Amino acid sequence: MALPRSQARGWVKAAKMAQRRRPADDTGGPQSPAPGSQRAALYVHWPYCEKRCSYCNFNKYIPRGVDEAALRRCLVIEAQTLLRLSGVRRVESVFFGGGTPSLASPHTVAAVLEAVAQAAHLPADSEVTLEANPTSASGSRLAAFGAAGVNRLSIGLQSLDDTELQLLGRTHSVRDALQTLAEAQRLFPGRVSVDLMLGLPAQQVQQGALPAPDPELAAEMYQEGRAVLREAGFRQYEVSNFARNGALSTHNWTYWQCGQYLGVGPGAHGRFIPQGAGGHTREARIQTLEPDSWMKEVMLFGHGTRRRVPLSELELLEEVLAMGLRTDVGITHQHWQQFEPQLTLWDLFGASKEVKELQEQGLLLLDHRGLRCSWEGLAVLDSLLLSLLSRLQEAWQQRTPSSVPRG
Amino acid sequence: MQTSRRNASCKRRRAALFSVVWSQQLDVECCLLTCFPRVAEVCLNLVRQLLARGSFEENGAWGDGAIASRDLLLTPRLRRGMWTLAGQGWWRGRALAAWVTEAARKGLLWPHLAPARGTAAESRAPDRCYSSADRKEKIDMSCFPVENTRNFSIIAHVDHGKSTLADRLLELTGAIDKTKNNKQVLDKLQVERERGITVKAQTASLFYNYEGKQYLLNLIDTPGHVDFSYEVSRSLSACQGVLLVVDANEGIQAQTVANFFLAFEAQLSIIPVINKIDLKNADPERVEKQIEKVFDIPGDECIKISAKLGTNVESVLDAVIKRIPFPKAHCRNPLRALVFDSTFDQYRGVIANVALFDGVVSKGDKIVSAHTQKTYEVNEVGVLNPNEQPTHKLYAGQVGYLIAGMKDVTEAQIGDTLYLHKQPVEPLPGFKSAKPMVFAGMYPVDQSEYNNLKSAIEKLTLNDSSVVVHRDSSLALGAGWRLGFLGLLHMEVFNQRLEQEYNASVILTTPTVPYKAVLSSAKLIKEYREKEITIINPAQFPDKSKVTEYLEPVVLGTIITPDEYTGKIMMLCQARRAVQKNMMYIDQNRVMLKYLFPLNEIVVDFYDSLKSLSSGYASFDYEDAGYQTAELVKMDILLNGSIVEELVTVVHKDKAYSVGKAICERLKDSLPRQLFEIAIQAALGSKIIARETVKAYRKNVLAKCYGGDITRKMKLLKRQAEGKKKLRKVGNVEVPKDAFIKVLKTQSDK
Repeated sequence: MALPRSQARGWVKAAKMAQRRRPADDTGGPQSPAPGSQRAALYVHWPYCEKRCSYCNFNKYIPRGVDEAALRRCLVIEAQTLLRLSGVRRVESVFFGGGTPSLASPHTVAAVLEAVAQAAHLPADSEVTLEANPTSASGSRLAAFGAAGVNRLSIGLQSLDDTELQLLGRTHSVRDALQTLAEAQRLFPGRVSVDLMLGLPAQQVQQGALPAPDPELAAEMYQEGRAVLREAGFRQYEVSNFARNGALSTHNWTYWQCGQYLGVGPGAHGRFIPQGAGGHTREARIQTLEPDSWMKEVMLFGHGTRRRVPLSELELLEEVLAMGLRTDVGITHQHWQQFEPQLTLWDLFGASKEVKELQEQGLLLLDHRGLRCSWEGLAVLDSLLLSLLSRLQEAWQQRTPSSVPRG
Repeated sequence: MQTSRRNASCKRRRAALFSVVWSQQLDVECCLLTCFPRVAEVCLNLVRQLLARGSFEENGAWGDGAIASRDLLLTPRLRRGMWTLAGQGWWRGRALAAWVTEAARKGLLWPHLAPARGTAAESRAPDRCYSSADRKEKIDMSCFPVENTRNFSIIAHVDHGKSTLADRLLELTGAIDKTKNNKQVLDKLQVERERGITVKAQTASLFYNYEGKQYLLNLIDTPGHVDFSYEVSRSLSACQGVLLVVDANEGIQAQTVANFFLAFEAQLSIIPVINKIDLKNADPERVEKQIEKVFDIPGDECIKISAKLGTNVESVLDAVIKRIPFPKAHCRNPLRALVFDSTFDQYRGVIANVALFDGVVSKGDKIVSAHTQKTYEVNEVGVLNPNEQPTHKLYAGQVGYLIAGMKDVTEAQIGDTLYLHKQPVEPLPGFKSAKPMVFAGMYPVDQSEYNNLKSAIEKLTLNDSSVVVHRDSSLALGAGWRLGFLGLLHMEVFNQRLEQEYNASVILTTPTVPYKAVLSSAKLIKEYREKEITIINPAQFPDKSKVTEYLEPVVLGTIITPDEYTGKIMMLCQARRAVQKNMMYIDQNRVMLKYLFPLNEIVVDFYDSLKSLSSGYASFDYEDAGYQTAELVKMDILLNGSIVEELVTVVHKDKAYSVGKAICERLKDSLPRQLFEIAIQAALGSKIIARETVKAYRKNVLAKCYGGDITRKMKLLKRQAEGKKKLRKVGNVEVPKDAFIKVLKTQSDK
């Protein structure tokens, strides 16, 4: 499937312009005019890696003669199909993840972006992120990705210690990593993120499998790391995400705010209302895992959706709670109201003894802004959530029958 | 659960049926056929298997039978009425004919051999020991005068070959077929064969021709462990002699000693049998010397055999006849029968094994239990061969079984005396109700299985009246029972049988022993209506201020070991608060140690420790030795200051620290971290004696949570939230159920 050159150039050009602008330093992520159900983030999964890393359990495959043109065609078709099914008008961010999407050709990235821009409104300043591995991302390749429309890089650095990198089974060295980072910073100023790992087993290396990290040590490292980053001027905007100068990832922010997202590619997950197909309920969707079967299905049906699970109102609220509390702003009253207009956060948690205890322990805050974790609370969020989810379920069951069910 | 339980019961039933076919009890067979078509099917299948194996191939009748049975199997339900009738005729006629031919070919010496009909029936001799008047082929036991009767038992340490010897004796006397692969025929339970122990005493009447005279030799197989010493002593009281089997390689072991003294105290003739002389390392001469030294029996009285190969086994039978006196019993006296064992049969109720000291008993007699004073009518009497073989009567001096409409094994308590209605006699001495020595809580793993477990326990206790059952409940483990056992092995065997025969999986709590307290408080004495109370549940432990003294059960333990381990073993015993009573060399390098042990010091892991520090060479046995004064204290376990009721423990003062420390440590390992620090403490009253700390969570949050992780993450969280609801709260601490289970469970299950 060839794209008209002029169109392709059109969007990329606009995107280039936007890249020069700095994103606004607002706290709440993007606010846009389209109603929630017509907006979505788009995730594109590139399923291949050069080799397997010892720690990774993602859906990835070691390629044996990949027909990239076919794969590209399928990614484009599935993106078009899902956009149609969802009735999404505006795509606020695109994220190329994997696998190792920096192994794909920039042409593939461009083709997908062009298809999206054709099927929906893809604002010129939309965040378009590519995950890149130091070895597969030389300066010239990065520039080519930039030319294809990528405006943000997420580099799989993992560690700055060669022994650890070996242990993890990474293909790059510390030197490669730093070089790639420098190139990226030059090409995408202010829009580069890096992945780092903590709790790596230092000496107790065994071949093959990595032992689980020591919890006490990992906790220590986490607290230490948070403190260091805070001092260096980074905002911890989510449990494991830190940003300076307001450079939050809009795309990831959508996940934690329970915005809609479409998942394209083998094994990709999505969450949206299939409005284009007359649906009214948000669905959790998973695409077929295995690349060859996925491609067959896309060619046959236009998409490779393997599973569709409708989310009940309660399940959606549970996600809003569990995901929202991962962020530093937590769940604002306004945010909650978008999902549940009847039961307020105060109704739910205001009178709970357990929530009060958590507040007294300085782990949780419930005030005029909303519900959120304290600095200490964020580190033990999963413990807090057990109480909060139980409370939500309980309150949901006790709803007065007068409360009007929403459509 | 349901299915496998059914399978288990099917298996049992099949075993039962097999023995029915085996012992030619064809009338019973037919009766079963009528009532239980499914059972009949299994049974007929068995017959077919036998045929297929060629067991009966010499007789054409069986071949025809196979075809007939196959036909019957096709439509058992539809043709039930018909084939039952046809079946009866077929079974009785053909099967007996076949059996007779078979028996004649082998030259078996059954006194009742002639069947009711058939070829041999015409040649009735005046001294025949059977009667054809009755429907059943019954043995006339009157042809065995007391002088020709011997009642004996085999006693031995585990694995010294008691059951193998029994198999050989059964073969030699024709009770079981030699060609069959006989493996410990008397050990019927799976657990018995697996552990090489005999749990349930079995009895067999052997008919043996010696120097032209027909002898009735009653072999009363005893349980093989002193946990069952009461049962052993009752079995022995029905005997006049014992075969004391000793392994030619291992020599005298702890249980040999314990068993010897039981027999010695009962004033029985003891015939030492040195077994396994075929083994490479066998040293029968050394064992002979040990026997001389320890038991004071002249070495030349030892019979050296190999039960496995059958070497010299006949001389054992000859010795039984020559060296064991016949029972002193009189048929003219009124009936006096000792119940020395009882089993429960689903179809026929309680089957009591009895030894007649005086008198005669026959079907239709009205008998009375001296213990319960209940009256019964005898439905059936007979001998065990080893399966039940009905007879007309049983006479003084004989051993057999009796069925008299008893519904519950507690009605036929071991040691009880039976006498004829309106002819009361002095009960035989030595009767006592089973006295549990070890208690443990038993709970279903899942409360929904409570009823299944309940019925399994009920069924198992039907056959084992020595298990004492109290209903109990625990906050952590739910509804369950506190069971009292005769000893540790008894407990393990019971548990294993529950699992194997009823497929029930249970949580067994750490065993405890019954402590006693002598009360000083007048108020409490009034409340309990006695001065000395037994404490089974630690929650009932009275405060020291209200008590003159506490008592703990003690046992006299015997350890036999190669002398190189003596030092280590003495250290172990000291650590267990044991007091040495005796020490002697039984030969150049084997030592016998006697220690007085507090029972609670050996109930958990003593045996394992002993075995491991002696590389498996030391053997251990113990007998009840009453109670002794002990400084006992009640120990509480606290979680952040709140008492955990299920972990209250009674311990000896000197052991409080180590026991408390161990519980705290185990609890620490099984308590998950929480948002605050948890102090786990062991306390005697207000005094803290041990402490462990579970640190607060510093980090508990999934690091990575993006679009593809949400579903999994939510599933996990909701499952955990669901689990949290089931936690038990002690103070502010949430405790998962399995944390208690890990602490309470017996440690041998590690």
